Amino acid sequence: MTHPLLKVTGLKKAYGAIQAVGGVSFDVMPGEIFGVIGPNGSGKTTMFNSVLGQIKPDAGEIELNGQSISGLSPLALSRRGVGRTFQTLQVFGKMTVRDNLIVAAQEHQGSMLSRMFAPGDSGLGDRADALIDQFRIRHVADTLAGTLSYGQQKLVDIAMAFMAQPALVLLDEPCAGVNPSLVGGISTLLKELNRNPKLGRQSSFVVIEHNMDFVMDLCHRIMVMVEGRVMAIGTPAEIRANKEVLDAYLGN
Amino acid sequence: MKLLQHKMGLACTLAIAALLLVAPQYLKNYGVYLLSYWLVFVIAIMGLNLTTGYAGQKSLGHAAFFGIGAYTVAILMKAGFSFWLGLPAAALICFFVGLVLGFPALRVQAIYLAFATLGFNTAIWLVMRNEEWLTGGTFGINNIARPSLLGFSLEGNRPYYYFVLAVTLVMAGLLWGLLRSPWGKAFKALRDNPIRAESLGIDIRNYTLLSFAIGAAYAGVAGALFASLVQFIEPAPFTVGASIMMYLMVVVGGAGYFLGPVLGAAVGVVMPEWMRDVPGVAAWYLPIFGAAVVLMMVWLPDGLLSIPDRLKERRAAREASALRAAKAAKMKAES
Repeated sequence: MTHPLLKVTGLKKAYGAIQAVGGVSFDVMPGEIFGVIGPNGSGKTTMFNSVLGQIKPDAGEIELNGQSISGLSPLALSRRGVGRTFQTLQVFGKMTVRDNLIVAAQEHQGSMLSRMFAPGDSGLGDRADALIDQFRIRHVADTLAGTLSYGQQKLVDIAMAFMAQPALVLLDEPCAGVNPSLVGGISTLLKELNRNPKLGRQSSFVVIEHNMDFVMDLCHRIMVMVEGRVMAIGTPAEIRANKEVLDAYLGN
Repeated sequence: MKLLQHKMGLACTLAIAALLLVAPQYLKNYGVYLLSYWLVFVIAIMGLNLTTGYAGQKSLGHAAFFGIGAYTVAILMKAGFSFWLGLPAAALICFFVGLVLGFPALRVQAIYLAFATLGFNTAIWLVMRNEEWLTGGTFGINNIARPSLLGFSLEGNRPYYYFVLAVTLVMAGLLWGLLRSPWGKAFKALRDNPIRAESLGIDIRNYTLLSFAIGAAYAGVAGALFASLVQFIEPAPFTVGASIMMYLMVVVGGAGYFLGPVLGAAVGVVMPEWMRDVPGVAAWYLPIFGAAVVLMMVWLPDGLLSIPDRLKERRAAREASALRAAKAAKMKAES
């Protein structure tokens, strides 16, 4: 019996009278790609930010590998192997693509003092290059990230979340604003990273996304959120066949 | 490409260093004094460039650290201590006061942080002006001696210049090393996007505090050298106005460019002194300077050293559009 990698129990968060997240529970298994869908305002991002320590939930327990991570800061979570991307682009605009990747992992090794005397690339150059090749952004590796097109920045943004070889990555709308031809590319990349043989272990994802084809193709299981509550959790086939979900969200 | 840039940067630095080494042979006494004055500001502005240009923490209190450094040396030397104790003491005291000033930066950013640091500068300036028992008030402290090093007197303007130059090169070398280490990347990440930085495991609290502390230590060293250079200090050079001028020097040279402070300090302190002796220009210096800054903010907001990058970007854009035009022409011909 394998234990869940991420276990969220009874998560609640209210903004004034509005219950953004009202008692959400779910498990993510090791190696699983777990999709989260639901209409705008259904509490997906609030749930995300609560799990990631960006905001403080009113109630609920969050466990990573059986250990409580409730109330930990984004910094502490990152050091424990939880990576994330944001809904909007968040790259370091005035740094090169390669430096964006290196800085995304350098703080995970050594002490602050030892990093003062470490080489500029912290010995992470090879790992950065591997991701640069995998994401096919070699031709812009030495370009300032802020000068790239939206799609290229999105790729850099996603690649950064994987630099520190996290066990769990939470992706908030990886396809938002990306042109349709790139959506397939991102899906392929995420599948590769999920199985990543070089790491010797699988990494698990939680993915918020509105693009249904993308979610149904990529995710092993999907959670549907409506008005801060879990409407259904199941495989893509089960979700597609769920009458309640069809009525509330997917439509005909 | 990047290697070439590094090599060019290194070549530039070496060329400037060589020039500075021989310059005093061709200058009169006052010229040598002015060069030392400039280098002192280069050190101070390097520190502010770290805090503001690299780490993105907008500080309008840098002249206060410069002043704390100067008064530390002056007071210690008046009490009979050696300059060689005063110099590291100035750096250390500024480091820790800078660390403390970093705390507001953890809560407020941008213009609000600028106001907080401005308040700090005013408070320090008031201490310098009002606490006569310690600082001599508006009369200041005079007859600050220049030190001697290993038996060589640094009393003359020329020897003192070479001493200041050596300290400048050491401070520049240290900063260069720091910025090339992972710390440099962490500072830039903090500047570009603190929220993302934190989510990647970068301890933005520590880096914010240290960007202030290290920047302040540079101002402390500069202040110590300043006190011994001008040999008389009073509160006037350490006002909020001076801090704003220092910020301007960072911006004019190019915030976040390693050699920015070299240019910025030249424009900020050498040019006005030099133009004071040019008949007809002296009275117009400030208005011309003001107008130049306004024009620069409009057309060159990233400073003088951004010009090469600008040109490179323009060339790349031109090449890209030429390529597109060629492609379009080809498609037209084929259809």
